[in-house]
Order: sequence, then C-alpha cells, then structure tokens
Amino acid sequence: MLYREAGQFKTSYQADQAAFPIFQDQLAVWAILAVAFIGVPLVGNDFFLNSIMIPFLIFALASVGLNILTGYAGQLSLGTGAFMGVGAYACYKLTTIFPDVNIVIMIVASGFFSAGIGMIFGLPSLRIKGFYLVVTTLAAQFFLEWCFIRIAWLYNYNPSGAIEVPQREAFGVILTGASATPVTRYLLVLSIVVVMTWIAFNIIRGRIGRSWMMIRDMDIAAELMGVKPLNAKLSAFAVSSFYCGVAGAMMVFFWLGAAEVESFDVNHSFLILFMVILGGLGSIKGAFMGAAFIWILPILIRAAPGWIGIEVQAATVEHLNFMLIGGLIIFFLIIEPHGLARLWSIGKQKLRVWPFPY
Amino acid sequence: MGLLFDIFINPFVEMASGLDFLLQVLWEGFVSGTLYALIALGFVLIFKASGVFNFAQGIMVVFAALTLVGLHALGIPAFLALILAVAIMALLAVTVERVVLRHLVNQPDIILFMVTIGLTYFLIGFGELVFGGDPKSMITEELGLPTGSTVFDVFDGIVILQHLDVAAAVISAIMVAGLAVFFNKTRIGRALRAVADDHQAALSVGISLNQIWAIVWFAAGIVALTTGIMWGAKSDVSFALQIVALKALPVLILGGFTSIPGAIVGGLIIGMGEKLFEVYWGGLLGGGVEGWFAYVIALIFLLFRPQGLFGEKIIERV
Repeated sequence: MLYREAGQFKTSYQADQAAFPIFQDQLAVWAILAVAFIGVPLVGNDFFLNSIMIPFLIFALASVGLNILTGYAGQLSLGTGAFMGVGAYACYKLTTIFPDVNIVIMIVASGFFSAGIGMIFGLPSLRIKGFYLVVTTLAAQFFLEWCFIRIAWLYNYNPSGAIEVPQREAFGVILTGASATPVTRYLLVLSIVVVMTWIAFNIIRGRIGRSWMMIRDMDIAAELMGVKPLNAKLSAFAVSSFYCGVAGAMMVFFWLGAAEVESFDVNHSFLILFMVILGGLGSIKGAFMGAAFIWILPILIRAAPGWIGIEVQAATVEHLNFMLIGGLIIFFLIIEPHGLARLWSIGKQKLRVWPFPY
Repeated sequence: MGLLFDIFINPFVEMASGLDFLLQVLWEGFVSGTLYALIALGFVLIFKASGVFNFAQGIMVVFAALTLVGLHALGIPAFLALILAVAIMALLAVTVERVVLRHLVNQPDIILFMVTIGLTYFLIGFGELVFGGDPKSMITEELGLPTGSTVFDVFDGIVILQHLDVAAAVISAIMVAGLAVFFNKTRIGRALRAVADDHQAALSVGISLNQIWAIVWFAAGIVALTTGIMWGAKSDVSFALQIVALKALPVLILGGFTSIPGAIVGGLIIGMGEKLFEVYWGGLLGGGVEGWFAYVIALIFLLFRPQGLFGEKIIERV
C-alpha cells in the first residue's frame, strides 16, 4: 500500500536513468544515511561503535570490492585478505614516510598499491577461470602473507613484526591512534564507505560494469561482441583490489590500531567470501546485508547465553558458534542460493502488491 | 653476478656434492607428496562424480582421524574403532547427501562450493565440541602400522627410511589401484562417470543421483580416513591439518581436476618440488618458502597448460 510506484512518471531520460527511480526508495536511502550519520553517533556507545559498526562498515566495503570481482566480473577470488593487507601495509609505509600528509589521502592512495598488486595476480585470469583461478588467488594470498613476514622493511623493522598505527590528526582533530574517539573514527569510516559505495554503484551501472557482467555471463561471447577480456578482467581486478586495499587500510588505522599477518590470513578471505555469497552475488546492498549478517550474528550468539542466564564455557560457545555459522550458511544457500539480496527483492515485490496480490 | 651464481649454479653443485642428502630430501618430498596426493584424491573423487568442488575434504580428514582416536580413547579396541570410524564416515556421507546436496541439484558450481565451506565450518565446530580442540596422537601401534626406520648406505652417506612412510606409500598405491579398478570396471564406477559427465542424461538412463552421491562421499570419507591415519601418524591429529589440506589445490591444478593419475603425479611433483626448493633455494629468500611455493608452481604451470597435466582439453562454444 505504501510502497507503490503508481503515478510516478519519468518525463526525461535523466529521470529514467536515475539510481533510485522510485520515490520511496529515495526516501529510504536518505533515511538510512540520516540514521547512520546522525542517529548512530548520538545513541551508540563505544562498544557499539567499536565492535559492531566500524568493523561492519569496513567488511562491507571489502565485500563490495570482492563482489565487484566475483559477483559482477565472475572471477572467483580467495586473495581478499592479502589484498587488504597490501592496502594496510602500504598505508603504514606511506604515512611513516610522509607523516604530514592527511591520513585520508594516504588511505585512498594505498588503494592504488593494492590495485597494482591485484592486477599482477589477475593476469592469470586471462588464461584460466573458475576454480583454477581460486588457486592462483590463493597463491597471491600465501605469497603476500610470506612477504608481510619476511620483508622487514614493510613494518619498519619493528621487532614484534606488527604495524602500529601512529597518531595522525587533521584540522585539530585526532583521527587515528589510541586517543582518537570512536565517534570520529566511525564518522570517517562511514564517509569513506558511503562515497566509495556510491562510486562503485555508478561504475557498475556504466559501461565498465556492463562489460564486466558480459565477461561474467559468457566471456567468449563477450569477446565476440567487442569487449576486450584483457581490459575488462584486469580492470575488475584493479577496482576490486582497490576497494579491498582501502578496506584493509581502514581496518588497521580506524579499527584495530595494530595488526600482524594474522589479520590478513586466508580465514579473512573466506569470511569476506561468505559475506558476498550470503548477501548475494552481484548486489551492492547484498554486500552490506551479508557483512551485517556474518559480523553481527556471532556477536549476538556470544552474548546470548548471558542474557538468558546460562553459564557456558567460552570455548564451547566458540564451537557452537562455528557450528551455527556453518549450519546457517548451508540453510541460507538451500532456501535462497541468490542470497539475502534476493530475499529482500522478493519481499519488496510482495510489498508492492500487498494487500491485494492478484 | 653472485646472485645468479647462487640461483643457477650453487644449488646444483650442492646437490652433486651431497648425493645422499639429495636422496633424503627427495624421499621426504616423496612422502609428503603422497599425502598431498591422497587429499587431492578425495577432491577428485567428488569432483568427478558430482562436479562439486568439495572444500570440506581437509576437515573430513581431520574429522575421520579424530573419530578414530576418540573412539579408541573410549576403550574400544583399535580395529573395532576403525570399523566404527568407517561407519561414521558412511553416516556423514548419507547425511550430507540427504540434508544438503539433495536440495541443491542444478545450482551453479560456486553455490555448491560455498555449501561445502559451510560444511567445513560446521564440522570444525562439531569436531571441537565433541573431541576438544587440542592435538591428539594417532594410535599408530595399535593399528599395526610399522614404526622404526631403516638406514641405507648409499653414495658414501646414509639415507633414513621411516617404515611408516614406506607403509604410507604402499597403502596409497593400493588404494589408488583399487579406486582405478572401481571406476573403470564396476557398474557403480561407470554410473559415477556418467553422473560426472551429465546429471540429466544420467538420470534419464535410470541412474539414481542420490545413491551415487552418497556412495562417492563415502568413498571420499574412506580416503579421508586413510589420509588422516597416515598424516596423524607422522604428526599429531589437530585442526591445523586443515590448512595443509589447502595444498591439495595446487596439486589438483597440476594434475587436472578430473584425473586420478593426475592427482598422484601432481602430488609427487609438488611434494618433491617444494622440498627441493626449500632446501636448496629457500635460503636465498630467507626461508619459509614452503608455504607458497606449491601455489606459485601451479600458477606458472597454469599459464602454459590451463587444463592441467592430465585434464581433458577444455573446449568452449558460445
């Protein structure tokens, strides 16, 4: 009843091409942005911002990155963790070499390093595809992990082998380091994520995004129709790694504060792949839904026994957690293999004809 | 110049000067290669029969070994525990088919792949809940596996062969031969190959997909149990094995996803290659290269032969 596009006419090409052609959708987007930018910082306490919202946004951005590669360009990758690592280490090196440059610029710049590395490891995708490609991305994952350990220059010869975030400020506000407030970091992360998501959304709607989707659906046919596989695949790797790199840099600088190789291991690659698949391949909002689901659910599970007053050992909860996540992944894939985003659009369709679905 | 010398000449001089050491390195590579090959074999079995890239093979190895050790710890005699472990793997196979795969016929490959990752997580949680997370030692002696070692004098030096490694190689060889016969000569084996070729066509000639899948998961479970015993006897049974199981992926690439001989040869090449590289060239890069060398070999290899050593030529049409 409320969600109906009847009477909303498009009278120009521009209106027809709009990102959100339906008025109610526009309203919803603005409402979400308002809640995220104003509501959450006002209400949320430090725990909520630090342990839920900031990591959720960061992982959502990484999921958007992987979604570009896997969901839109059809190249399966398990190297996400390492590409995030490249971003983080690049950002760390950049900010220690040029301490006076604004940290946000450095974070975006580190994405370019990640994009370059991503393109190099994307080269085999021109010859191979599918599960074979998984192995080449795993090669990237393990090789880069090894580099993060063995090349001491990357972490400035720190004896602990970790990168520690120095304090950086801009316009008198402390942005990174231990004394930066959660609200500042949250707002910064949110701004970067919103802007980059908006850019990704428009890249995908445009010529480049369409060429990715053609490659995904059938690369030989796409080639015959004039899409260059070289350009399309490598640009997908570059853009995807750029997003992952920025997410990785933000992960260390705005969330963890210090990081070692373990923060970028193959388990993180899996985690983000889960988010993408559960959310829905080839859907930006799916990336956010998947990230929310995979990140927030375990926190709830850990907290749940406390609420209902049962004492359970931490290790047992952890094991149950694994089982539940595994079970839920299987469950969701069985009921809807196209992910939460598809469930969402089915729901929207139902809403559109409610209460008279004839 | 010195670097080039270190890369192209020095290692070979070293090899030639210490032939016994070279032989020892090769043998160790051979042994770990057999184990990679065994894990890869489990992947190939399921991939051949259902087109599912079974990521859970690694955890199935751990799970099978843990079940065996756990049952024995309850006081059940070793051989009875072995039979029970086989029965539990059968139960697992049927459950996976019933609960998971049956509902996902005709879904894209990536969805099936993801489901097996979900299964991996479930089994990790379940295994740790039931058996606890700490490493356990394999019941090598109770199972009648030989221990000890023989020392050979060759090339003015010694080469040490662990009896266990020899047993592992022999058992793998027997199992591979058995599987080859099973695939090529029996009725079920032919049905398996038919299913691998085309699900719908197989169904239309009266092959029961559900039955075949349960059988093939069971076969993979047996392979997993064998691998688990062998590997567990060499090191401890722990969940860390699961990361090692990822090494089966480059092995698969080398051998081709659908080829059983490919899995064996690929495993041996990777196993020996990475040991040689680690020992003779690893020092140049600061060591620890074993972690990624296999993947890089696979990567380079793929650039020249995308379908693997023994894979069928990929023909694509629009």
